[in-house]
Amino acid sequence: MELMVNGSPVALTSDRDTPLLTALRDELGLTGTRFGCGQGLCGACFVDVDGTVVPACQTPVWQVEGASVTTVEGLSRDGEPHPVQQAVLDRQAAQCGFCISGVLVRAAALLRDEPDADADRVAEALDRNLCRCGTHRRIVEAVLTAREHA
Amino acid sequence: MTELPAHVVTNPRLGTWVTVADGLVEVHVGKVELGQGILTALAQIAADALALPVERLRVVPAHTVHGPDQGSTSGSLSVFQAGPALRHVGAVVRALADPSSPGYVDRVGALDPDTDLTTAPTAGDVPAAAVGRSEPRLDLPDKVLGRPRYLSDLRPEGLLHGRVLRPPSPAARLRSLDPDWKATGVELVRDGSFLGVVGEREVDVDRALEQLARDALWDEEDTLPDETAVAEWLRAGPHETIEVLDEEPPEGALSASYSKPLLVHASIAPSAALARWEGDRLLVQTHSQGIHQLRAAIAGALDLDPTTVVVEHVENAGCYGHNAADDAAFDAVLLARAVPGRPVLLRWTRADELSWAPLSPAMTATVSASIRDGRISGWSYEVWSTGHTSRPGSRATPSLLAGAHLATPVPLPQPTDPPPARGGGTTRNAVPGYDVGPRRVVGHRRVDSPFRTSAMRALGAYFNVFAVESFMDELALAAGADPVELRLAHLSDPRAAHVVAEAARLSGWSEPVPDEVGRGLGYARYKDKGAYCAVVAEVAVTSSVDVRRLTVVADVGVVVNPDGARNQLEGGATQAVSWTTKERVRFDRRRITSTDWEQYPLLTFSEAPQVEVHLVDSSATSVGAGEAAQGPTAAAVANAVHRALGVRVRDLPLDAASVVRAIEQSE
Repeated sequence: MELMVNGSPVALTSDRDTPLLTALRDELGLTGTRFGCGQGLCGACFVDVDGTVVPACQTPVWQVEGASVTTVEGLSRDGEPHPVQQAVLDRQAAQCGFCISGVLVRAAALLRDEPDADADRVAEALDRNLCRCGTHRRIVEAVLTAREHA
Repeated sequence: MTELPAHVVTNPRLGTWVTVADGLVEVHVGKVELGQGILTALAQIAADALALPVERLRVVPAHTVHGPDQGSTSGSLSVFQAGPALRHVGAVVRALADPSSPGYVDRVGALDPDTDLTTAPTAGDVPAAAVGRSEPRLDLPDKVLGRPRYLSDLRPEGLLHGRVLRPPSPAARLRSLDPDWKATGVELVRDGSFLGVVGEREVDVDRALEQLARDALWDEEDTLPDETAVAEWLRAGPHETIEVLDEEPPEGALSASYSKPLLVHASIAPSAALARWEGDRLLVQTHSQGIHQLRAAIAGALDLDPTTVVVEHVENAGCYGHNAADDAAFDAVLLARAVPGRPVLLRWTRADELSWAPLSPAMTATVSASIRDGRISGWSYEVWSTGHTSRPGSRATPSLLAGAHLATPVPLPQPTDPPPARGGGTTRNAVPGYDVGPRRVVGHRRVDSPFRTSAMRALGAYFNVFAVESFMDELALAAGADPVELRLAHLSDPRAAHVVAEAARLSGWSEPVPDEVGRGLGYARYKDKGAYCAVVAEVAVTSSVDVRRLTVVADVGVVVNPDGARNQLEGGATQAVSWTTKERVRFDRRRITSTDWEQYPLLTFSEAPQVEVHLVDSSATSVGAGEAAQGPTAAAVANAVHRALGVRVRDLPLDAASVVRAIEQSE
C-alpha cells in the first residue's frame, strides 16, 4: 500500500486494518505520534491527512492509501522547526510534553487554514486535544505568537 | 564544616554522583523527570556547584546501579533534598580538581570514583551563575520535535509487545479460560487470575487482548460503596484515628461539612514498562517515582536477590503521584519471564489506566468554630478518608497490583498514610495556618477500603485546604468581614500575610465585577513548612462554573528556575481547576465505570483560565512549587462561586449538578 508520509513516498506492508498509528510507530519507526487512548478522544495521535486532522489510532491504513500524511516529525521545514514548534520551545509551553505532538499537528493545520485565528479560536480548535499538566494557556499563547511566522 | 547533606551520607561514593564521558561531566541523580522539569533545575544547581556552564553537563537518569539512591521523587522535596547534596559533591570536586586552570574536566574524570565524600576536603561556595535563571528545559526539544524520548519509544533488538487483561472489577477472580486458548501471533501468559499476551507485532497483541477479554469468564462480587453516599460510608468506619492536636476548644457556634470524590491521575499516556530477563539478571526500565523501592518490591514479590534486579528510569507522560508506573513494571516483569532473553514492552490500556491505577481518595470533613468581634475563638476539624499511600516501600509487602492476581497471591496492603514528618496524608494541612485560639484536629482513616487509594498531588492538602479556606469565608460572612481582612487579622507569619495581601492587590480584589461574576481567595502553606501560596479566582456562574482567571502568588524561597517554578504553579492551579469543577471517578456497586475520556472528562483548552503567577523575592531555603497551588485554587474557586451566586457549594466537584443541589438545599 503506497502513500506519502512527510513528503516522501512509502510502501506499507501492514494489514489493511492496522491502525495508522501502529503502522507509523512500528513499521516506519515514527514514534513522535503518541498513543494516548486508542479511542480517538485525546488527540495525542493527531496527524494531518490531505489537509484534515484525524486521530491516527482510529484510522485504518486502507483509508490513507494514496494520501499525504504529515506527522509531528514532518512539521519542520528545511531542518528548521515549524514556527509553532519554535514558539512552544520559546514559551516553554509544555510540561510532560506527551500531548504536544498532537497539539502541534492541530495548531499547524489551524494556522495554515485560519492564519488570523484569535485566542478563543485557537483554544476552541484545540478542544479535542487533552492536556493533563495544565499547560493550556501557554500553548494558546505560543500558537498566537507563531501566527506571525507561519 | 556544617552538617553533611543526608543524601551524601547515604551515598558517600564520588563515582555514584559524578563521572566524565565524551568531554562532558555526567551528573547522576536519584530524582526523576516527571514532566516537572526537575532535571533542568538540578542541572543548574550542579553546574554552579561544579563551576561549569550547564552545557558542559549531562544529567543521567536515575539507575539503581550507577546512581545515588535518593528515595522517591515526591512530596515537593527534590530541590530541598538534592540541592544540598549536589552542592556538597561539587564542593569536593572543586577542592580536588581545581576549576581555575585548563583541563578541569579531564581532572574531574581522573578523580578516584571511590573518594569518600563524607571525609574529602571541600572548596568554599562559589557565586550562583545558573541558579536563578530561567534555563530552558533540557528535555523539551526532543518532545517538541517528536524525537524518541518516552518509554514507549524504546525499540531494543528482539522487542516483543505485551498487554495484560485486568479483571473486570476489583474483587473479580478468573473462573475459566480454555486451557488451549490461542490467538494469532501471540503467546499467552497465565498465572492464577493474571492473564497477559506477548507477541512481535503490536496489532496482534491488541487484537489478542480483545479476544481474551471475550473468552475469559470471571466470578465477580459487589464490594464498592454507594457512589451517592461515599461521605457517609467514610464516616461509618472502621477507622484508625489520627490525633493531630487537641487544645480543648469550646464548642463552635458555626459548623459545616464538605466532601471530595475519588479522583484519578489521568495522565495522557497509559503506563508502560520494559523488562528483560537475562540469565539470573532482571533488567527493568520504568517511569516509577521510586526505582529503588520498586526494585525491592519486585525482588520481594518474586523472592529474588535484589542485587540481581537492575532498574532504570525512563520518562513517560506527566506523573502526578503514585500512578500505575510500578504496577506496569511488575506486569512487564511477569510477561518477560515467559520469554527469557527477550525485551517486553508492556503498555496499559486507557480503560485500565482510568480504573485500575491507584486513585486519589474520597474525603469528607466537618469544621466548627466561633467568631466574636471579628476574632475566631476555637476551631475543631475532623476529617475522614481512606489512606493516601499504597506505594511500594510504604509497607513491608510489595504492593504491586498483579501480585494480588497470581496463583500464589502477594496480597495488596490496605492504603495507609505517610508519617507526620513527611506531612501525613489524610491530615496534611488539616491544621489551619491562622491564629484561631484552641484547636482540635483529628483524622479518621477508614481501614477496609475496597479502593486502592494512594498519593496524588498534595494528598489530603487539596481537600483540607478547600474545607478550611471555604470555612474561613463562611466565618467572614457571619462576621460581616472582608475575607482578605479576616485572614490578615489572623495571620502572624509575615510571609503568609504577604502572599495573601499581594494576591488581593494584584487581582484587583476590591474592584467591582459584573453580577454573575465572583472573586474568591484561598491560601495555605503547603505541609505547614513548604511553599506559601495564595490564589484569587475570578469565576462566572451561569449554567456552569466558568473559571476565567487565576492570580497566583507564591513564596518558594530561593527560586532555582523562575520560569520552571511558574510553569509548575500555573500547571498545578490549572489541573486543580479541572479536579475542582469537573472530575469524579464513577462506579456502581461492582465496577469503576468511568473508563474513558467521555466518562472522566478533563478541563478543555476553552475552559482553561488565564493564570498569572507572581513569585515572591526571597532568600529563604528553596522548597518545591508543584503541590502548593492545588488546595488554594480549589478554595478560591469555591469562594468565588459563593460570591457570584450567594450560595455555598460544599461538595466537590463544583459542577452544574453540585451547584443545583446546593441551591435547592439553601432554599
